[in-house]
Amino acid sequence: MRFGVVVFPGSNCDHDAFHAVTQDLGHEAELLWHQEETLRGVDAVILPGGFSYGDYLRCGAIAKFSPVMKAVHRFAQDGGPVLGICNGFQILVETGLLPGALVRNRNLRFVCRTVGLRAATRNSPFTSACPPEAILRIPVAHGEGCFVADEHTLDELEANDRVAFRYIDNPNGSMRDIAGILNKQRNVMGMMPHPERATHPLMGSVDGRSVFESLVKSYAAMDAKAKSAKDAARDVAASLIMITSG
Amino acid sequence: MATITPELIASHNLKQDEYERIVARLGREPNITELGIFSVMWSEHCSYKSSRVHLKKLPTKGEFVLQGPGENAGVIDIGGDWAIAFKIESHNHPSFIEPFQGAATGVGGILRDIFTMGARPIAVLNSLRFGRLDNPENGSRNRRILDGVVSGISHYGNCFGVPTVGGECVFEDSYAGNPLVNVFALGVVRKDQIFLASASGVGNPVIYVGSKTGKDGIKGASMASAEFDEDSMDKRPNVQVGDPFMEKLLLEACLEALATGAVVAMQDMGAAGLTCSTCEMGSRGHVGVEIDLKYVPQREAHMSPYEIMLSESQERMLLVVEAGREEEVLRVFRKWGLDAVTVGSVVEGDKMLVRDHGEVVADLPNRFLADEAPLYERPYSKPYRDAPMAAPAYASSDLGQDLLTLCGALDVASKRWIYEQYDHQVRTNTVVGPGADAAVLRIKEAGKSVAMSLDGNGRYCYLDPRLGAQLAVAECCRNLSVVGAQPVAATNNLNFGNPERPEIMAQLVEAIEGMGEACRFFETPITGGNVSLYNETLGQPIYPTPVMGIVGLLETGEPMPMGFPAEGLEVALLGGLGESHETRFGSTQYAKAVLNELWGLPPALDMDFEKRVQSAIREAVRARMVESAHDLSDGGLAVALAECSFGNGIGADIALESDMRAEHLLFHEGPSRVLVATRDLNPLAKLAARHNVPLVPLGRTLRGTLSISNRGQQLLSLAVDALREPWEQALPHAMERVTHV
Repeated sequence: MRFGVVVFPGSNCDHDAFHAVTQDLGHEAELLWHQEETLRGVDAVILPGGFSYGDYLRCGAIAKFSPVMKAVHRFAQDGGPVLGICNGFQILVETGLLPGALVRNRNLRFVCRTVGLRAATRNSPFTSACPPEAILRIPVAHGEGCFVADEHTLDELEANDRVAFRYIDNPNGSMRDIAGILNKQRNVMGMMPHPERATHPLMGSVDGRSVFESLVKSYAAMDAKAKSAKDAARDVAASLIMITSG
Repeated sequence: MATITPELIASHNLKQDEYERIVARLGREPNITELGIFSVMWSEHCSYKSSRVHLKKLPTKGEFVLQGPGENAGVIDIGGDWAIAFKIESHNHPSFIEPFQGAATGVGGILRDIFTMGARPIAVLNSLRFGRLDNPENGSRNRRILDGVVSGISHYGNCFGVPTVGGECVFEDSYAGNPLVNVFALGVVRKDQIFLASASGVGNPVIYVGSKTGKDGIKGASMASAEFDEDSMDKRPNVQVGDPFMEKLLLEACLEALATGAVVAMQDMGAAGLTCSTCEMGSRGHVGVEIDLKYVPQREAHMSPYEIMLSESQERMLLVVEAGREEEVLRVFRKWGLDAVTVGSVVEGDKMLVRDHGEVVADLPNRFLADEAPLYERPYSKPYRDAPMAAPAYASSDLGQDLLTLCGALDVASKRWIYEQYDHQVRTNTVVGPGADAAVLRIKEAGKSVAMSLDGNGRYCYLDPRLGAQLAVAECCRNLSVVGAQPVAATNNLNFGNPERPEIMAQLVEAIEGMGEACRFFETPITGGNVSLYNETLGQPIYPTPVMGIVGLLETGEPMPMGFPAEGLEVALLGGLGESHETRFGSTQYAKAVLNELWGLPPALDMDFEKRVQSAIREAVRARMVESAHDLSDGGLAVALAECSFGNGIGADIALESDMRAEHLLFHEGPSRVLVATRDLNPLAKLAARHNVPLVPLGRTLRGTLSISNRGQQLLSLAVDALREPWEQALPHAMERVTHV
């Protein structure tokens, strides 16, 4: 499976996500520069943590105007899996791919610690491999990770089983302990905790692996025919690029 | 043009004889821009004019050292194709005037020093000193400074994407008007890609990159070289403003530019900005550098040459690039959206020639500026101290209560409130993070790990600067040894008062000599560092505070825990119960936190014994003969036992056999001791005997309780939860009362 990790100016967990999926999980990955207009045929997109464009104006607010996000938007509409971590979650919310907002932590301070999480649903390509009922130990590191939305939106998220993760020990004041949510089509997920920081025993936890393993599992389950059609399309695109650039 | 008056000279912090020296060498009066340039280059901060004579006494060479002092950072060989660059630097004065930006730009400055060497920063640690938070007179200001400094470090480091993995934080009244903010950074570089800041190649273009130049931070270096008075708050505009996002872009762009192979030299514009980089790059390479200010990107209109040359706007770099390959480099900076313009070129000779639209505004010999600053052999007498030698009468009424008091003393208490505001995991290398004896980071590229620790003890150094500095080196090396690392090299930050006072100068000289002796003995050469003098407000000097940053190497693997991991383990003290003495008890945390006194001397140090203890624990940890290891320091044995119990709620039942008086037995701070837990004492005892150090069995680990007896008589017995409560809550409680202004 081939992951695409988007690099915005100011992304700082891009290398970590790249390392986690390639070295710790043994898959392929590419770094996608923010000015690229295509996603080079990757199978899943990761919007990594960091401070895209310095997080000026509002976290993630400027990133949504970048060329690569147009491509990510199309990719998501076509059903491609998109995982936004931390700043990536903030970008997805700003882009409108996910509802709600992420505001300053309740105590107004940045918080970096390993928290307990529970997968609130296993019905998604991001959580299907998460052990049911188990508490996952995954780090958070953010200043603006308090998830807020109006009551109606929160009710709807819950009614449609779109809450992906909940905190056991809520570190930021997020409403209803929400740590991660899904879009309606269930192929876009944003989460504040950093699964890419918990994929190797030396980092103190390997519980983050289950998020990436879920993606791999759902990719493997994809209809073989669909996969080969996608590969063919990618080859055509690649040869077109070669023709135009040659 | 302004005439140079004695007042103007004095306002530039230059002495009359220094000025005369300038006139004699130039054969003319300098103009105002040149006077400004001299004022920063010859400031204490940039020229080390008071300390240089003594800094020469420090060992700087060693087996692993690739680059010693004189460059932006020291570099050591870690084997294979890889090296690490590291240094510590202070931002004390700015952090008092504007804590948030002062601390933030302190982080920014040291990070630039690291990536100027071509290294990618992977870790930051900091050593902080503040006034007491509960002081009725200035406590609220001290709390505000702490809050601002921590927010500033957090803001800058987190956004830049470097983990802040450890450090220390101590509170004393002497720092109320002079907080200390010392920041250490470490980066990784391929050995064949280490970059130096030495200009070469006549005709090569000089390229300016990064932020535009503004009026911020003008003459920051000379501000940092003077004492504070009532008007110091008016100096706020002298503090620079940092932009970590810009720095992150600069990092990525610089590393990418270096990879083109077209860059000859690079230097950041830190203290003294464009002046320092232009002058030092030329002076190091024995060439001249010529620039025209009309090309310098400026944030505002109508800046004078004086302002442009002395601005300390952050996030700027100066590069010398191979002629004809400019475009390769400029392309990289364009990609990252950064200003990059050719502002001048390398020329023959030794001149720093600055023009403004063609007109010469400064024409100075660069070596005279950079390397021939006045060197002072300042007179020194006996180190200043105002504390009795003899102990007051004291007797504990409740040793358990004393331990609770110590656990809740801010120097000892958990610093979680601070370090949770720092991203300490970004880059996924943090094997051991903050709150441990030493931080351990894996270096993915090299397949091994590096351990780092910062240590300093102002109280010890106030009582005896030479011994205090030696103890700091010893403790730093011990902290590395308990995680299994071999200490290999050091950096130092010397924080002192006004060196023009002989009794303060004596503190500096004694501390440097003590540090030199210890670094030589422990084979940790000093590869660079920083001197911060004039840390005085209204004539009140800080405690002399040399801070050591030492790095050690180890194989990457499962880390050795500090706390007791399980019940029923044997607890022992490697190095033995140590010795105490009434005189030497006066420097302890017990004297400070329980008795509110200070007297006597620091603990005695036998360096040879210390080294054997360190070898022994390192070997035991590497061979996994122990289940946990923790170094004894502030608060002695009892505090170390408490600290070992917090992580997992596993205490211990300890039975001691000693003639020492109980307060000393529990709380003396004699060095060279490590608390361990093990499944089997026998092999450990053999190992200890082989290293000729005592191993004293103390008892066994026990869930939920810490109890200690001596010769069958109970000294204290407390629930771990009861001990943990003050330890965890002291700092958050103290900081609840921060009032923002």
